[in-house]
Amino acid sequence: MTAIDELFARTRAEGRAALVGYLPAGFPSKELSIKAIEAMVEGGVDLVEVGLPYSDPVMDGPTIQAAAEQALRAGSRTTDVIDVVRASAATGAPTVVMTYWNPVERFGVNRFAEALAGAGGAGLITPDLIPDEAAEWVAASEQFGLDRIFLVAPSSTDERLAMTADAASGFIYATAVMGVTGAREQTSALGPELVARLRKVTDKPVGVGLGVSNGDQAREVAEFADAVIVGSALVRCLLDAEDESAGLEAIRRLAQDLRAGVERN
Amino acid sequence: MYAQPDTTGHFGRFGGRFMPEALIAPLDELDHAWTDAKADPTFMAELDRMLREYANVPSPLYEAHRFSEAAGARILLKREDLNHTGAHKIRNVIGQALLAKRIGKPRAIAETGAGQHGVASATACAYLDLECVVYMGELDTQRQALNVARMRMLGAEVVPVTTGSRTLKDAINEALRDWVASVDTTSYLFGTAAGPHPFPSMVRDLTRGIGDEARAQVLELTGSLPDAAVACVGGGSNAIGLFTAFIDDADVRLVGIEAGGDGVETGRHAATITGGDVGVLHGARSFLLQDEDGQTIESHSISAGLDYPGVGPEHSFLADTGRASYVPATDAEAMSAFDLLCKTEGIIPAIESAHALAGALELAKELGPDSTILVNLSGRGDKDVHTAAEYFGLIDEPVVLEQGVEE
Repeated sequence: MTAIDELFARTRAEGRAALVGYLPAGFPSKELSIKAIEAMVEGGVDLVEVGLPYSDPVMDGPTIQAAAEQALRAGSRTTDVIDVVRASAATGAPTVVMTYWNPVERFGVNRFAEALAGAGGAGLITPDLIPDEAAEWVAASEQFGLDRIFLVAPSSTDERLAMTADAASGFIYATAVMGVTGAREQTSALGPELVARLRKVTDKPVGVGLGVSNGDQAREVAEFADAVIVGSALVRCLLDAEDESAGLEAIRRLAQDLRAGVERN
Repeated sequence: MYAQPDTTGHFGRFGGRFMPEALIAPLDELDHAWTDAKADPTFMAELDRMLREYANVPSPLYEAHRFSEAAGARILLKREDLNHTGAHKIRNVIGQALLAKRIGKPRAIAETGAGQHGVASATACAYLDLECVVYMGELDTQRQALNVARMRMLGAEVVPVTTGSRTLKDAINEALRDWVASVDTTSYLFGTAAGPHPFPSMVRDLTRGIGDEARAQVLELTGSLPDAAVACVGGGSNAIGLFTAFIDDADVRLVGIEAGGDGVETGRHAATITGGDVGVLHGARSFLLQDEDGQTIESHSISAGLDYPGVGPEHSFLADTGRASYVPATDAEAMSAFDLLCKTEGIIPAIESAHALAGALELAKELGPDSTILVNLSGRGDKDVHTAAEYFGLIDEPVVLEQGVEE
């Protein structure tokens, strides 16, 4: 059992969904990104997604784009992301990296997997790597005991859902809307249908993301998903904060609110 | 017989699909639609008719006698500059827009750098009654204000992109973000032979008329195939359009001319194959300009149409296998060839195409006076008059009557 498998065994036993929180490494600085991750874990995040800032994030909306740009301008490097993973894993929360593919390929797929595993990382979420192109990553993840979290979408055919679920481990990342990352007023009606289609082809845990920004929305999603994934709303806490401590406090509070939601209270 | 790509869009180790899963089904749908349309004689006849009646295709082949004399080899120009909208781009866009009509999607989006593909898209959408939205880097909207006006005149909405480097690559990012949210009603008219499968092969299918026509025209004119076929390469649509007809003609050298900017050694260039490394950008594995961490590096070229840090995957494949070679021409070399064509032939080329002319001048030295070099004159230079005039210092300084007062 990987750390992620253990987490889902526990949350299922507790009758709740897991809370997954995303923050980019190196935003607004390496030190602060670590403190922000610690704050969200203290607030109740179960699984941490560390974002690797990338120059061309086609799946991301304005909030995460702005954070990634700022992190890159501040000089964030791939090795810094590994350091942030190490600090995040030290909180005890299973930690995965969410990254576009080119930085991994450039670092070396095996070398990246080895560094990630060495830092205590649990796996990778790959928004622009589909299983069809992932042979090298599948081999590396098996060698280093890492989970492979692939994405599915409302547009995925049943055949692709089955193929992707089969290739994935840890959990499956279901994008609940056709669109990019970012907080939305309402949760998507497409989420429940997508998860229902997935349930027919897999019993692996399903996390649902894109658009969740508060406890009420988290509660809605927790009704049908094994994990609720929140990104932009957490990043926004840091973007909008007047100072460091206000930002960290906002993250902690949002995580608490989201956690209450996923506990289905 | 050359047969690329494979059924999953790979040219050897290049190409493929590095895209969000949300776009895979739409890309499959596009792939199937294009495969069906290609095999449908009615569709292809309609496309041929539109290209002939509306876009002024086939373009003529022109023997550039005075330029040849200066070059020291027989130079034949494929006159894509005479097409409607002034470049080869119209071939691609009419095809993709007609396919959009066939699929039944009423809205089209496009990215553009200098604005040529944007203008071609706006044109095709006006012609075929599609709603058109063009994403263009904010920096490029300022550098190419006239093309922004052209697109708006043609009824398109132009959206300035303010993220990242505010140039072509960011316009592509923004168009992809639009597409993932609008794909049920929207076609993405992709501007070059890059991106995820099926775009590289579909754009090649739509531009290959350049080479198919030129091959027959050269044979008719000279009785034999050319010694070399030369084209500029940014994303690579005009070059793949020229090369495809000649790939199985082993004696015809295929030469792609990349934008060398200030010189590849300066780091300020857009010579992706010459000066880049293999990686993944905008949906395909290919050569690209990237730093040690795989972050995309901004490209530099006097030619906005070649100013792109990636290149189509088939060019990477042809470079890898050695079937085609890729060499840079600097801004200065391109502008010198630009000047020579203006003065010897009375043709103002696009600065993109001037790179191909510069490459042909170099090749002429190597191949000698008995050689025949086919050059794709991919576009005309009207859009570049301002850039070229500034480069050559042709705009008179305002007359200073007295200190601080200008007339």
